[in-house]
Amino acid sequence: MKILRINMGAAGGPKVSEEPMGQYEGLGGRALTSTLVVKEVPPLCHPLGEDNKLVIAPGLLSGTPAVMSGRISVGCKSPLTGGIKEANSGGQPSQVLAMLGYGAIVLEGKPKDNTLYKVFISKDGVKVTPDNSLRMLGNYDLVEKMKKEYGEKIACISIGPAGEMKMSAASVAFSDMELRPTRHAGRGGVGAVMGSKGVKVIVVSETGTERRTPKDPEKFREANKKFTEGLKKHPVTGEGLPAYGTNVLANVINEAGAYPTKNFLWGRFDGVQKISGETQAQLETSRGGLATHGCHRGCIIQCSGTFVDKDGHYVTKQVEYETVWALGANCCIDDLDVIAQLDRLCDDIGVDTIEMGATIAVAMEAGVAKFGDGQASINLLKEIGKGTPIGRILGNGAAVTGKVFGVERVPVVKGQALPAYDPRGIQGIGVTYATSTQGADHTAGYAITANVLKVGGYVDPLKPEGQVELSRNLQIATAAIDSTGMCLFIAFAVLDQPETFQALIDLLNAFYGLNLTADDVTALGKQILKTERDFNLRAGLTAKHDRLPDFFKKEALAPHNLTFMVKDEELDKVFNW
Amino acid sequence: MKIELRLYASLGQYLPEKKEGNSCIVEVEPGTTIRKLFLRFHIPPEARKIIFLNGIHAQGDEVLKEGDRVGAFPPVAGG
Repeated sequence: MKILRINMGAAGGPKVSEEPMGQYEGLGGRALTSTLVVKEVPPLCHPLGEDNKLVIAPGLLSGTPAVMSGRISVGCKSPLTGGIKEANSGGQPSQVLAMLGYGAIVLEGKPKDNTLYKVFISKDGVKVTPDNSLRMLGNYDLVEKMKKEYGEKIACISIGPAGEMKMSAASVAFSDMELRPTRHAGRGGVGAVMGSKGVKVIVVSETGTERRTPKDPEKFREANKKFTEGLKKHPVTGEGLPAYGTNVLANVINEAGAYPTKNFLWGRFDGVQKISGETQAQLETSRGGLATHGCHRGCIIQCSGTFVDKDGHYVTKQVEYETVWALGANCCIDDLDVIAQLDRLCDDIGVDTIEMGATIAVAMEAGVAKFGDGQASINLLKEIGKGTPIGRILGNGAAVTGKVFGVERVPVVKGQALPAYDPRGIQGIGVTYATSTQGADHTAGYAITANVLKVGGYVDPLKPEGQVELSRNLQIATAAIDSTGMCLFIAFAVLDQPETFQALIDLLNAFYGLNLTADDVTALGKQILKTERDFNLRAGLTAKHDRLPDFFKKEALAPHNLTFMVKDEELDKVFNW
Repeated sequence: MKIELRLYASLGQYLPEKKEGNSCIVEVEPGTTIRKLFLRFHIPPEARKIIFLNGIHAQGDEVLKEGDRVGAFPPVAGG
């Protein structure tokens, strides 16, 4: 494997160089992006400046025949949080990039003018070409254009107008198997950093590539078989997720009384049945869409799907739990067709759906629109794509929007909006939101597993006890899994079935000829977190930033009428080990 | 006495009538436990499930009261 560096600010135009992994040997995914960012990016640099770097890294098992191995990490200093960022995505580019032999792409420097560039990577090399005809194209039109230019055996990594305009909620899009820009590295404004480097799209070509060969093919095949069996037999990964997708959680979290409604005012949404996973799956199938679908080649969980309108025309991928919540319940919108349109707009403009849901709700709180007004939401999103003044405000996220409109009730940590679980009803996720190096992030330490779903044990969600330990262990495990290129949904099977966890380790050992143990995996996770924490400290983030907004501690949430109860001193113990 | 029964995801097939959505109001005898209620609707007792009673995790041997809300899920997860 090698590292591809593109210096966008080189005299005479973008300069391409390739080098061996060197000091980054043995690292992939988040381990690679965070280690590189910590080593090479000055923590006090301006996120849109020449000293920031955008690192795009497939995982250790990406490009191999291992199932579930198509995830990719995007790392940088975040323009949203001011700290280190790793945004994770599915889609096809990870597999292709890894098969092309790249452990990472690093975009560095800053172009001298506002020329837009496209990058084409194939078995024959790397071409960086100026192409201003791509300016302000939505991701959908952009990918269509790349298809016409380069054929269909490609995958695309791109930004929409939001990234070009360097908005802090801008995402990086990754095309799926149907070559649609539906998967995103959404959180933390990674799209803005790509925009600041002047790169509109990176096209990777599959032609002539082959899957990477394991050091011990027999052991690898055996481990892959065991791993597959484990995933298939676990009810979550083998039945629930393929049938209903992630939005099956809407009814669960609503029932638990922690489904944030009306800008985190209540824990239950009256309209939940109209936007639930069950309703969505039924709607999709009855209209000729798909309720089961994989976002990358090699996925056997197939949690995705296709959302079509009442005439059977494609609108967007099956809308995810987080997105249905953010653009739905949090804004009091109970219409799946509206939510699907909003999702497609976010994908096209290239913005984080979680941040946008939180932002629109804050704007509704400010009176910019009425809660429940779907058409108003659609119009506000379109303003973002056009780059009007209101659009630029909203495109920079909930914190900026709250500031501009004088709203106190802004649900963010380190400037990043809270996802779809209220910490007052699920205390464990509150610990993760507050303390994660990433800002308010649910996947970073997904306490929902033990707090709500009884996966990997049970910790009462309504009490402060046990939450720090739960969040700590999950944050460590997740940092490690994020480095493998594996989809985090393997965690449901891996946490419950020790033989499936062992199969994952066996996959790594068989591929690389190593002798890793479970302890090594834990050590890797700890190392990544330690390194990220160090960066954040030097970037000016302190323990004072590891806190939830005040209103979570003062205002009780119905139906359980609880506040967030984990004490500050306890939060400060999460990283003690 | 009346209680609200909500059966989600694949457990929806055990709801008493053809329903839009996943909930219904049912009449139960005083002293009925959650487990007994599930047996009445032929929900397989050995099937793993998550049970909520008024939004709080339940084991199944809780005795129901007037106006209680019971929610049950098969093993599911999302993101």
